[in-house]
Amino acid sequence: MAVYKRTYKGYSGALTAAWSRFLILPRYSFGRLFQSKFLVLFLMACFFYPAGCAVFIYLSHNLSFLRVLNVQAANLLEINANFFYIYCTVQATMAYLLTALVGPGLVSPDLVNNALPLYFCRPFSRSEYVAGKMSVLIYLLSLITWIPGLILFLMQSSLAGRSWIFANWWIAEAIVVGSLVWIGVLSLIAMAMSAWVKWRIAAGALILGVIFVGAGFGRALNAVMRIRGGAMLDLAQDSFTIWSALFRLPGAGQDIDTLDAVNAIAAACLICLWLLFKKVRPFEVVK
Amino acid sequence: MSPVIELEGLSVRFGNRTILNNLRGSVSGGAIGLLGPNGAGKSTLIQTLLGFCQASAGTARIYGRDIRAARREIRAIAGYMPENESFIANMSAVSFVRMMGELSGLPRDAALERAHEVLFYVGLGEARYRLLGTYSLGMKQLAKLAQAIVHGPKLVILDEPTNGLDPPARQRMIRLIREMKDAGEMHLLLCSHLLRDVEETCDEVLILKDGRIVHCANLEQERRANKRFVEIETFGNDAGFAEALAAMGCECSASGAGRLKMVLPVGFDTREIYRLAAERDLQLRRLNYRRDSLEDIFLKAMETVS
Repeated sequence: MAVYKRTYKGYSGALTAAWSRFLILPRYSFGRLFQSKFLVLFLMACFFYPAGCAVFIYLSHNLSFLRVLNVQAANLLEINANFFYIYCTVQATMAYLLTALVGPGLVSPDLVNNALPLYFCRPFSRSEYVAGKMSVLIYLLSLITWIPGLILFLMQSSLAGRSWIFANWWIAEAIVVGSLVWIGVLSLIAMAMSAWVKWRIAAGALILGVIFVGAGFGRALNAVMRIRGGAMLDLAQDSFTIWSALFRLPGAGQDIDTLDAVNAIAAACLICLWLLFKKVRPFEVVK
Repeated sequence: MSPVIELEGLSVRFGNRTILNNLRGSVSGGAIGLLGPNGAGKSTLIQTLLGFCQASAGTARIYGRDIRAARREIRAIAGYMPENESFIANMSAVSFVRMMGELSGLPRDAALERAHEVLFYVGLGEARYRLLGTYSLGMKQLAKLAQAIVHGPKLVILDEPTNGLDPPARQRMIRLIREMKDAGEMHLLLCSHLLRDVEETCDEVLILKDGRIVHCANLEQERRANKRFVEIETFGNDAGFAEALAAMGCECSASGAGRLKMVLPVGFDTREIYRLAAERDLQLRRLNYRRDSLEDIFLKAMETVS
């Protein structure tokens, strides 16, 4: 229909594949998110540590440069599972803060402005909506966790040689799996909080608080009941327990059994999904 | 004409409360009005047709597609303008409508083109780059209409489209609805409690009360039928006037001094009444077609139930 005609005409052109439509949400969300200069600066800051690690890996293999600096290669931190575990710990913290910044703006504006019926009156399901919104966080958090982690791993592999990669391939697996677990937990917590608390600042505070409150409550429970299971309520500890096990670090699973940590994470994810689907509906039933 | 919406014993319950109770019937008009007092179940019916609410019993079909089995298919061919203020924050109208078009399956470029077109069509062309949050209520209603038609649906469901609009904005909305109906490319389901809106735009009405259908009428047929009922008031000697009309096939009954009610035969020319009156030197003081307004139909339907 040409603008000058100003009459209504239907649409009879091609349609996109139904499975790909959830990807529309992150595209529009990024457009709005990156309007915030603070967020862009913070995202840039998230790459400082991986950049530092890259420089460290490069220098630790550059013997001539080390000689100039008069540093013994043996005195440098060894690039092994522990090195990548520390990398993951730092980036996980950054991911946590980034989630608190981005998460509240995902679902709550749609709930505040009653936009959900507009999504769901189309051939677009609740699961696709959740997947679309969650993928915003998954993309962003992946960008600062396992993607640079894998780049560092590949960098180390290319500099250290084939024997190193054969001996340490499982580190790459640990980086990816551990990061994805953490990203999944953070994304679901952020989405659930964003759906239940419509005030963005409060939702952000709650996202930060969930981890701290869980940790505090777990410790209190351990102290009062004289048990160890309370630590399962600390989702950060659960995740780092899984990470330690994946990185085959000595002492992994000392506070919490790895299986218990996996169960605690799975339970938290299921609770978040349940909370999310309670709220993400085209209309609200008033009891 | 094949039915647009068929209701087959459709019932909806929320907890212990029955909201829609065994609705049966079918409608096929170009523009269908859904009427009823507040709490009659109009919005619930719309939400059930779109698959937002689960039917507790029975089912409904839209263009022959079962609402239980073909929910996604129905949503692909339907456009919905919700009653309440609904928009996506921090978005310009053109981005909003484009995004809605893309979610309905339009490719990116086509969605952008259609977004511009429909925004011009609804009259928001000049304001299409403004943020939705800065729009007035009337403009938000138009933006909602734009998102409902961006993907070229076969059925557009409008839930109280004139809510909160001032008279000029209401007129504009009614004109748009009428134009869309006249374009003949879509069917409209207009839910409103404003009888005038429905009367001005619809050719079929479904009246609900307490979750039941109390009346289903084709307004066009009713209007045509109304033209056959005439009331006249005469002044002077009307002896033999009624008989002369009866001889021409009219069914007459006197309803007071000089007042006659008539049912005209098919093809009867009204000018014959003037001719007969002139022959008898009888003054015709009043000649009315009976006009059962939608309000009459609505009130009758409400009375029937009570």
